[in-house]
Amino acid sequence: MPIRDALPGAGALAVLQRNFGVWRKLLVPSLLGNFGDPLLYLLALGYGLGHFVGQMDGMPYITFIASGIVASSVMNTASFEGLYSAFTRMSAQHTYAAMLATPLRVSDILAGEVAWCAVKGLISAVAIIIVAIFFGAIQGPWVILALPVILLAGLSFGGLALVITALARSYDFFMYYFTLAVTPMFLFCGVFYPLQSLPPFAQDIAEVLPLTHAVALLRPLLTGHLPHEVLCHTGVLLLYTLVAYVLGWRLLSRRLLR
Amino acid sequence: MNPAFLELRALHKRYGGREVLRGVDLAVAAGECFALVGPNGAGKSTTVRAIQGLTPTDAGEVRIDGRTLAEMGRTARAGMGVVPQTDNLDPDFTVQENLWTYGRYFGLPKTLIRQRSADLLEFMALSGYATQPIHALSGGMQRRLTIARALINTPKLLLLDEPTTGLDPQARHLIWQRLRELRRQGTTLLLTTHYMDEAERLADRVGIIDHGRILAEDSPRGLIATHIPGGVVELRRVDGDLPDPQDLHRQWVSLSERVGDTLICYGTDLTPLLAHFGDDPAYRWIQRPASLEDVFLRLTGRDLREETE
Repeated sequence: MPIRDALPGAGALAVLQRNFGVWRKLLVPSLLGNFGDPLLYLLALGYGLGHFVGQMDGMPYITFIASGIVASSVMNTASFEGLYSAFTRMSAQHTYAAMLATPLRVSDILAGEVAWCAVKGLISAVAIIIVAIFFGAIQGPWVILALPVILLAGLSFGGLALVITALARSYDFFMYYFTLAVTPMFLFCGVFYPLQSLPPFAQDIAEVLPLTHAVALLRPLLTGHLPHEVLCHTGVLLLYTLVAYVLGWRLLSRRLLR
Repeated sequence: MNPAFLELRALHKRYGGREVLRGVDLAVAAGECFALVGPNGAGKSTTVRAIQGLTPTDAGEVRIDGRTLAEMGRTARAGMGVVPQTDNLDPDFTVQENLWTYGRYFGLPKTLIRQRSADLLEFMALSGYATQPIHALSGGMQRRLTIARALINTPKLLLLDEPTTGLDPQARHLIWQRLRELRRQGTTLLLTTHYMDEAERLADRVGIIDHGRILAEDSPRGLIATHIPGGVVELRRVDGDLPDPQDLHRQWVSLSERVGDTLICYGTDLTPLLAHFGDDPAYRWIQRPASLEDVFLRLTGRDLREETE
């Protein structure tokens, strides 16, 4: 199949709109999760753990952790959407099959799904930012610049998740991805402590993971500073997004167009 | 006959080492209803997928209104409606939201979608359920909604893959009525089914497909006339033993077949056969006109097919 078929068209918007329509129906429980979870994290870690940690990287621990939680929540939300929810649509509900009986192509479906993962990530991030601003843990003039970064991070995590979904035979398969990718990133990519506290080899590994770069961009932006090496961090996230998208398109085409 | 609206030429498809389509040729005229009947795994669904361009074929081509799928690209499916074998309505949406969402996949304008949706719900006798969730509908209603959904883009070609499998007789009759009405309005229909009565009632022409090849193709009556001489008598022994072990029936019938405990006899004049066995208390018999099912079973054999598709 020629690679130009990977380019999505306007149909991707219809897919995005479909997912948004379903989300709106489950608005209350969904938003409760978006606001409730980060509130618990902020209280437990920011105040509980923060009481013993005091300052980290020159800022109160709750400030340090709030930006980390924004980044990790984008990862978690986009991954979950791209794995479990997307797999349900593809496998259990045959939604992709229904879509393919219309002028929509695999690229439209994939692009719409990845974009929706990013939007879900953004929704959860904004919820956390609102809660954290209330606690004074997020502030400064650059918060608004964090939003496009959050969307980009959401695209890369959503894209990666959909690659896994395109390969998955059952929901159990996703445990590998969580244990081998999502959880390690959550713990070792600078969410809870600065990367520099890790041994050098672990830092090297962390440097190639997308969450590290999302944190590196978001922490300064959410605490009133401008990030360094913006091009490098953005480039890595962009690269993950593109590679995951093309790979996901190939795998999904192979799976759906047999 | 009109020139072919849908044309399949020498379609070949292989999955691994298994040849699913081995040169399928068929032509459906504009406004015609064509039924593709065949046992499980005969290649019906693969053919339907190939017509939509959803399965890369190894050889052959599909033409719609004279143009190949490759030439048409994504516009091909814009002019088709598809009723899939597996229900895939959106369970999170209401009845009308399902239609609205589907209309957006075709890039139709909102006002048109709303209007069409209301009309189609009316047409499919679902108007009272517009705001109901999908799970509140019976199986037959869900099928009707799936058909309504397939019509949202006013397709010229409607593909139906086993549209009434698993439905009760009332539900099937309502669907058949609507499909005939669509045909009268000029929609070209291609349906797959393994219900012979469905093919007989709906189709102008029937193609019998097996092992990836079309074995016979004609009007239902034409197929029966060609392949089954006259009427049918089925003979069975009350005690379950082999009926007519001495093959006496051979002298009175043109064709016969043994299927398990049943002897099926075909012939133009079966009175002598009934004169011999009719009053014998050891026998049970029924006499009936030949049907498409007889043709189907004669051409595809009587062995049981397990689901492989």
